[in-house]
Amino acid sequence: MIRSNRGKIKKTAEPPSRRSFLTILWTVLGIAAIGELIAVIITFLKRGKTGKISGKSENLIEAGYADSFPVNSVTANIQGRFYLCRMADGGFLALSSKCTHLGCTVPWEEKEKRFACPCHGSSFDSNGSVITAPAARPLDMFPVHIENNMVKVDTGKRIEREKFLKNQLTYVKKGLS
Amino acid sequence: MHKSLMLHFRPKKVDEKALDFTLTFGLGGMAVTLIALLFATGLLLKFYYLPFPDRAYDSITYLTDTVTFGPFIRNIHYWSANFLVIVGFFHLLRVFFTSAYHPPRRLNWVIGIGLLLIILLFNFSGYLLPWDQLSYWAVTICTGMMEYVPWIGKGMQLAIRGGRDVGSSTLSIFYAAHTAFLPAVIILLMPFHFWRVRKAGGIVVPVSSSGEKKVSSIQDLMLRELVVALVLVAFVFCISIFFNAPLGEKANPGLSPNPTKAPWYFMGFQEILLHFHPLYAVCIIPLLVLLGLLGAARGKYPSSREGIWFVSSKGRFMAIVSFIAAIMLAPAGILLDEYVVDFVAWIPGVSPIVSNGLIPFLVVFLLCTLLYLLAVKLFSPDRNEKVQMVFVFFITVFIVFTIIGIWFRGEGMKLARPF
Repeated sequence: MIRSNRGKIKKTAEPPSRRSFLTILWTVLGIAAIGELIAVIITFLKRGKTGKISGKSENLIEAGYADSFPVNSVTANIQGRFYLCRMADGGFLALSSKCTHLGCTVPWEEKEKRFACPCHGSSFDSNGSVITAPAARPLDMFPVHIENNMVKVDTGKRIEREKFLKNQLTYVKKGLS
Repeated sequence: MHKSLMLHFRPKKVDEKALDFTLTFGLGGMAVTLIALLFATGLLLKFYYLPFPDRAYDSITYLTDTVTFGPFIRNIHYWSANFLVIVGFFHLLRVFFTSAYHPPRRLNWVIGIGLLLIILLFNFSGYLLPWDQLSYWAVTICTGMMEYVPWIGKGMQLAIRGGRDVGSSTLSIFYAAHTAFLPAVIILLMPFHFWRVRKAGGIVVPVSSSGEKKVSSIQDLMLRELVVALVLVAFVFCISIFFNAPLGEKANPGLSPNPTKAPWYFMGFQEILLHFHPLYAVCIIPLLVLLGLLGAARGKYPSSREGIWFVSSKGRFMAIVSFIAAIMLAPAGILLDEYVVDFVAWIPGVSPIVSNGLIPFLVVFLLCTLLYLLAVKLFSPDRNEKVQMVFVFFITVFIVFTIIGIWFRGEGMKLARPF
């Protein structure tokens, strides 16, 4: 009944009538309502997650005294899921144990002096640089602070980098230690 | 009463030719049967499963160790889910090779692809729930792939994991998707799929024989469907009695097993990932595959082709040639890339997106184009036969990749013998 009415009006009344104005109005309101619904659902599903993952919160982990890490060593920190590497010149670097390819946990192979990912065969050297693909960038790093000879790693701030640079290392300040 | 209810799904009379088992192999009916089994067993499993990281694994071991018929119900769910991927895939092949994706069935082809994607999502979301090493790491790498989708990838990954890493939020998101959201979607989409079949005048039958003789739906069609369903149910039950669904060690986020593999139905994509930069492997190539599948239904096709396996005798011959070419070229390509080709080392100082992505992609693309032009020149096929040839080639490559990924990849994802 309604459909046949509408068909008639389209044929006979050519200028936009009150009815077609109302149709447009309802359509616009309908679209707005759907948009609001979608926005509400998205905000609802996001709840409580924004704060946690912003990466700005501090999460300091005490790794140990600086003297306890010999130069040229890689020490795993299970709790913080990172490796504390001490370079030949005494600089510290905290590397995430997450492969930058797809997120598997990379073990350190002491014999071959490299991190080897079991999932897709990527490997990294002791400063995190890629030795073999498919990984496209070095292992992520965490900021290292050394206070009173105690090495602290901030696992709340993951830093992605394009390549290894000298200034990423942290040293024990001579005068203090 | 039940008869008139069933007639909502089926017409009163159907073409006698539509009963031919070799026309459909009953694959659509099998898929429905498996989905019914999955709903039934899934509802039962819900009474025991706890979707929390510290309790999920224990709830499964409780189910398998203490509950009477616990392993049986879980096995039925597991095997039905895996068979459903295979049956759904074969259903897609059947529809394609009998030209049932032509108009007026074009929309239904698209809905069918949507249903197949939902089945994959179902399987994938269910994969995480046992929270063992297998599921934890498979989901870690599969959601890790999202990171490489440009612009929206990282946001998508955060949304689906509910955090930086796979954790308790991921589990509750996957649980909600697997047990509430996806069932709702599939319950809405399935009747739509069936209704489109009726709208198109029933399943596809060869034009020459359509309208010849009509038979009663209830007596002739549904009885046969019931037989296929019962045989399938018996088969799934037998498998479930003798073969247990796998359950590894409890998930340990600090230890990736070697090798870590995606679920078997994603192994084809994981194999692509070993050869191309992730941007190509997880974004561009899957998008091209999806566009190709959807695009196949576009354009005009003569209705005389409908219901005929492999279009024509020329089409059949070309399909065989294409199949053999793909069967030989796919392993050859993998071996070449594994042992000889290394663009990253050959062209140093270039971003890996180019040296490991664009260049190998262009090489493969050019080779495929050359082969295609050669075939067109040799056979001078029509559009229908061309589409079929291309489809056969890429489907075969994908199957070869999947097989190599499942059985020929060992420690460190290096090529290895399966025995």
